[in-house]
Amino acid sequence: MTTAETAWTEAMKYENRHDPYRFFDELRKTPVVQVADRVYVVTGYRELLQLAHDPHVSSDISKSPISAQPAHTKPDVGAEHMTAYGREPSLIVSDPAKHDKQRRQVMRHFAPPHSPDVIPNMAADIQKLCNDSLDGIKAGIKGPGGGTFDVVDDYAYPVPVAVICQILGVPLKDEPTFHGWIFDFMAGADMGPDAKTDEGQARLAKGKESTAALTAYMRDLIEGFLSEPQDSVLSKLVNDKDGPDGPMTPKEAAANALLLLIAGHDSTVNTIAHCVLTLLRNPESIELLHEKPELIPKAIEEVLRLQSAVQFFPSRSVTADIAVGGTVIPAGSAVHLLYGAANRDPKRFPEPEKFDIQRPDNQHVGWGRGVHSCVGGPLARLEVNIALETFLRRVENPRLVVDPPPYRVNQVFRGPLHLDVSFDRITD
Amino acid sequence: MSTHPLIDELVRTFKAEGRIVIVGASLAGLRGAEALRDEGFTGSLTIIGDEVHEPYDRPPLSKQVLKGWVPAGNTKLPRLRAIDADWRLGVAATGLDRDNREVLLANGDKVPYDRLLIATGVRSRAWFNPEERKLKGLYTLRTSDDAARIQEAFKARPKRVLIVGAGFIGSEMASVCRDLGLDVTVAERSSAPLVGPLGGVIGDIAAKMQRDAGVDLRTGVAVEALKGDADGHVRQAQLSDGTLLDVDVVVASLGSIRNVEWLEGADLASGFWGVACDAGCRAFDINGVVTDNIFVAGDIARAPHVLYEYQFMAIEHVDAAVLGAQTAAHNMVHLERGRRPHLPLPQFWSGQFGVNIKGVGVCSFGDEIVFTQGSVEDLRFAAAFGKNGRIVGAITFNHGKWLEYYGRLIERSAPFPPPPAGYDVPANSEPMSARFPDPREPTGIPDVVLTGHDPTSRGAEFRPKAR
Repeated sequence: MTTAETAWTEAMKYENRHDPYRFFDELRKTPVVQVADRVYVVTGYRELLQLAHDPHVSSDISKSPISAQPAHTKPDVGAEHMTAYGREPSLIVSDPAKHDKQRRQVMRHFAPPHSPDVIPNMAADIQKLCNDSLDGIKAGIKGPGGGTFDVVDDYAYPVPVAVICQILGVPLKDEPTFHGWIFDFMAGADMGPDAKTDEGQARLAKGKESTAALTAYMRDLIEGFLSEPQDSVLSKLVNDKDGPDGPMTPKEAAANALLLLIAGHDSTVNTIAHCVLTLLRNPESIELLHEKPELIPKAIEEVLRLQSAVQFFPSRSVTADIAVGGTVIPAGSAVHLLYGAANRDPKRFPEPEKFDIQRPDNQHVGWGRGVHSCVGGPLARLEVNIALETFLRRVENPRLVVDPPPYRVNQVFRGPLHLDVSFDRITD
Repeated sequence: MSTHPLIDELVRTFKAEGRIVIVGASLAGLRGAEALRDEGFTGSLTIIGDEVHEPYDRPPLSKQVLKGWVPAGNTKLPRLRAIDADWRLGVAATGLDRDNREVLLANGDKVPYDRLLIATGVRSRAWFNPEERKLKGLYTLRTSDDAARIQEAFKARPKRVLIVGAGFIGSEMASVCRDLGLDVTVAERSSAPLVGPLGGVIGDIAAKMQRDAGVDLRTGVAVEALKGDADGHVRQAQLSDGTLLDVDVVVASLGSIRNVEWLEGADLASGFWGVACDAGCRAFDINGVVTDNIFVAGDIARAPHVLYEYQFMAIEHVDAAVLGAQTAAHNMVHLERGRRPHLPLPQFWSGQFGVNIKGVGVCSFGDEIVFTQGSVEDLRFAAAFGKNGRIVGAITFNHGKWLEYYGRLIERSAPFPPPPAGYDVPANSEPMSARFPDPREPTGIPDVVLTGHDPTSRGAEFRPKAR
């Protein structure tokens, strides 16, 4: 194996999930480098920007060599799972013009200019959900001396999942059911060497099963909206008679519903958890934010730079030979844009490892770039801001119990599985 | 240690005790002042502006302000830092005395400088007929006060608005009229809107956008006269095709004129083209010799551009004003080796008829166009402009997220036409003539003549036009 191939394999290994960055640094010695047969990874910031805007880089998963490989040899089962966001491809694995049309259809009911109030109207609910979570933790404390809670399960997860359910029109009562399916789906999408183990194969099988269940669930939900319209994004998506692009077909809507449900909360959970983790690793930053809470939005962006919630998205391939960063990527190759690596490119970010809340010119790529840049960014920003502000205000003297915390299997949607934090008191 | 302690000492002294005067208190002036302080200039700083307003943002004036979303006075530019300047607002500069290094003001004051930044920008071209110019209901748009007046006029719901000139500003105003439900006629001398900056192929698309939005667009016609009622309010417009149009509001959007009159007699390379300067923002004198202490930024600056055969170009865009002012400021407090060039990749945008238009490069430098991505019919596309087999500009309609790709191609002088995109390729993706107007039309009377025969007596002379 070449040095780059080894570094890539290591970066994808579960045992290195808490810190793939040292391997990204190794890969970045060649900012665009081949890591497997017809697979290239991009770790340089400028190089990533170039490719994110190049109309010869396709997101259409069906064009990627990864999707053409037979299932048992697939190094990249993640890609197959991405396709399985319903049988139809969703907008994230589609190219213009199809992507553009679907994105317009979604945005129409979710964001300005047509729906400017959907996101801001959630602020009060988000605040209440954050407070309810902390109130619940507080009520569970027995006796003096503070307590411990899992930031992921008890705080970071309940808020965004309730919010996205409300916006999309997915019944929150179904959460216990689809939570498990999504967990399996994520755990099954392992792009590293661990996928080949017996456990990995078992996770893959379970992931496939759960994905099928999720898909069926979404299809039924969409069918329901067709006969009984609601005031929610998914219902409007299939019942829109006024928009220039018309309603989305039920099949496309089911695929995109799955995408929006998962992407609509999972990355937010990871970002909230990474915010808490990063702040607790840098206690002086907590003091700074107590003094100047107006810096919280900048702190969040800096966490996103260091711990990009989506590390890369494995559907891309190139439709023509592209010369970039001293490498020619041959037509037809898969190319992974490693946001988490580009965000630590020392040519762009001086002292890239340093957590610097007041870092000037922090134009990180944590939200992606180009036509596929994050659809839910404004909602996520609002959620993470309120969650972090509330945590800092109400949780007294928080401390990490385990560092590094255990991570989830998935490389793409990377985040802690649990994040235990002990504290002195939860204030009102 | 420097090998030139004397020179270094001069720079240190200048940064601490120098006097810098900025003429022009808009975007370039303000950002230049901020950059000077960022660069460690602690000497005296004077900012002179003919408007009474603090620096404000102009792009919203033809859009959000006219629409009534934002009051005209609410577009003040954000201040990026304290600049501790002596503001002389509401007093125009009327002259420049280079021998005594003084800026002369309309109120008779003289402001001494060691180094000067010229950022006086442009104004809108006034209606050509001085008598008709007095009519009520006739407007031009450049300043915040202009925008306030036009917004008032639109708010009074005139029966018909006439926009004369379908450049970016005229087209944006017509779009606002339609958004407000006002009947509007646009009269344009050339074959279509936006033909000057984007050519006839794009112009035809812009024309269709206007007509589909209900604009009464008339091309190939000039407005020859305006007629008022007994109260001196404009009521009719006489078009060159013989039509007499009933109108209550006329906005003349006839392009801009550079504010260079105050430089008459200063022997700088100034004229209708602006003030010529090098890529380091240093003004040229009338003979084309670079000056040491006079710098130029913003719409009025005209510098050679490496990407465009080193032709002198005025890049009248927002980011060029900001970056130019920052470069000028940097070079004002540095010497030769520390200086840097202002090499803007021109970028611009417009919003009209529900379409976001964004461009990069100098499209009008090209003579060919090719549609590269998207669909013209659906008004979501990208197109590249080429000249001599290389890309010189690109325009996007509702496709702005692709602009970076084209910017990179332009910076690298990549081949034209670019390779076909991997998807969403337009139905017609063959290069064609971009149909720009013939550049051989005379543009104006020379203001400068060469005199003298002996090499030592040879020089240029400024001949002011009769006014």
